Amino acid sequence: MARKSMIQAINEALHQKMEDDETVVVLGEDVGIDGGVFRATLGLIDKFGESRVMDTPLAESSIVGAAIGMAINGLKPVAEIQFLGFIYQGFDQILCHAARYLHRSQGRYSIPMVVRAPYGAGVKALEHHSESTEAHFAHIPGLTVVIPSTPKDAKGLLISSIEHPGPVIYLEPKRLYRYKKEEVPEEIYRTPIGKAETVREGADITLVGWGGMIPVMQEAAEHVDNEGVDAEVIDLRTILPFDVETITKSVEKTGRLVIVHEAPRSFGVGAEIAAIVGERNLLHLLAPIQRVTGYDIIPPLSKLEDYNYPNSERVVKAIHKTMEF
Amino acid sequence: MYEKDFLKQLFHKIYTIRIFETECIKLYRQGLIRGYFHPYVGEEATAVGVCSALAEDDYIISTHRGHGHCIARGAQIDRMVAELLGKKTGYCSGLGGSMHIADVQAGNLGANGIVGGGIPIGVGAALGISIRKEKKVVAIFFSDGAANNGVFAESLNLAAIWNLPAIFLLENNHYAVSTPIEQSSRNQNLYERATGYGVHALAVDGNNVIEVFEQTKDARQMCIKGKGPVLIEAKTYRHGGHHVNDPGAYMPKDRLDYFKSKDPVTIAKKHLKEQGKMSESEIEKIEKEVETTMERAIDFAKESPELSFAEFNQMVMGY
Repeated sequence: MARKSMIQAINEALHQKMEDDETVVVLGEDVGIDGGVFRATLGLIDKFGESRVMDTPLAESSIVGAAIGMAINGLKPVAEIQFLGFIYQGFDQILCHAARYLHRSQGRYSIPMVVRAPYGAGVKALEHHSESTEAHFAHIPGLTVVIPSTPKDAKGLLISSIEHPGPVIYLEPKRLYRYKKEEVPEEIYRTPIGKAETVREGADITLVGWGGMIPVMQEAAEHVDNEGVDAEVIDLRTILPFDVETITKSVEKTGRLVIVHEAPRSFGVGAEIAAIVGERNLLHLLAPIQRVTGYDIIPPLSKLEDYNYPNSERVVKAIHKTMEF
Repeated sequence: MYEKDFLKQLFHKIYTIRIFETECIKLYRQGLIRGYFHPYVGEEATAVGVCSALAEDDYIISTHRGHGHCIARGAQIDRMVAELLGKKTGYCSGLGGSMHIADVQAGNLGANGIVGGGIPIGVGAALGISIRKEKKVVAIFFSDGAANNGVFAESLNLAAIWNLPAIFLLENNHYAVSTPIEQSSRNQNLYERATGYGVHALAVDGNNVIEVFEQTKDARQMCIKGKGPVLIEAKTYRHGGHHVNDPGAYMPKDRLDYFKSKDPVTIAKKHLKEQGKMSESEIEKIEKEVETTMERAIDFAKESPELSFAEFNQMVMGY
């Protein structure tokens, strides 16, 4: 096993799945010669050629639409959208077609395709280059939405996504692309879709988040550990459908829940989690559920990004508030 | 023949854009500007030629590579540097940065980071002009990359059926990030696409400010007479990669050398010397003046405060 960053793990997953299955193709803006703006597709065009690694014109609607067409026709396309904020012209194809084909054709057409996109803050850009809009996709029946937070999960979840029979929106937290390296198995392996992972066990309070928020939550958990608060940290990994059992079991144990996401607060994924826990765990709860989120604003520039982005201090504050209730 | 003062003004603007970009690239490399920065170096004559042919109350709409458009349209460079540095004195209080400068007073309807995003908005502004029967035009800047996006076709068609006073300014710098035009377009004369929509269209040398100016002036006249829209394809080239951190390794050297030999700054200088009869020392004086203004703009921006957390908080809705 070698130590790899998340971007290397994603790259390796693509290389291995393309070797493993000749129906896997990659398309998108600058994915070929340039190897992708974040280098996720580096080397693919040299190994697999232009017929399987396609540099497209700047046309998101056609990138997604063509992926659907290829998927109907026996291929397994992996489309890259350069930044999640650039996806909206392709959103029509995702919402109106990719997510609905199976239903529309009464099971005759499945759409085994993946749309990969870097999401979230971390490059100190703003607006479209830094936004976290997973909730848009999580509201679409027929889609699967996946967000890894570690190199190991990034590889395993991408492989599972490529093999998944339906359309998967695979979102990559760009701030974690090169955040750390860890041991990533050399072989092809699958991380299950729809399963959360408890990355830190604890008895007093449950913290739920995903993607770029996981290191922030872990830092907060270590901080309160010194104060004698034992926090459990859950990495959701799949947003749609999310792992209700892992969350509810944890809340049964701790009686307290803090949800962390960098996306705007209102109508975010955190609200759905809170609603489910409210439905299932009302009598287990010892304090109101807290949410630590981005503000309801457009992601701002540079230093202001740090104000908007939930940090461990804000998470610690929410933990205190919950514990002291 | 053109008046010396007019040629001087063209050169002044082109050189200001060049200095603004090269100095801001330095600030970026020093870590003072964050995020993405798409330089306009090599394309300056297009923005200046277009904006010099517009009237004061006309509009422009800009792109992610928009610093040149802002300057050509009369933006203050001190407030622009401040915006790039994320300072409170910037055009958007430091919330918009490089890709979102809007200058309402100068008729600049704004830049945005979505390639092609401004095209239909520009068409809407032209529709507004048409409905109110005003004698104005909208210059819509966009790129060869955007010409492959669906909004281009929709917008062009709308502008055509409603005879709108819109000048579609297709800045063809031959690349969409790393993808060369040969790979994204079978017919690389992109202006010919407009003909299919019944729109008058032509190509100009985007590095020659006079040529861009003349064609924009004519296009503007057509629009004012109700014979719009017009599409102008300005053929130009970036002197570097897509953004500051993109080395542009995919750009063939001979082609880059060719376009560098047709540098907009050199061409504008030549006009000044040959038609404006200006001496080398007079030109140097203009250059010095531009450089000093830029130094002051940088000082202003560096000394300006950032939004405090409390001010930022005031802008936050909810929570």
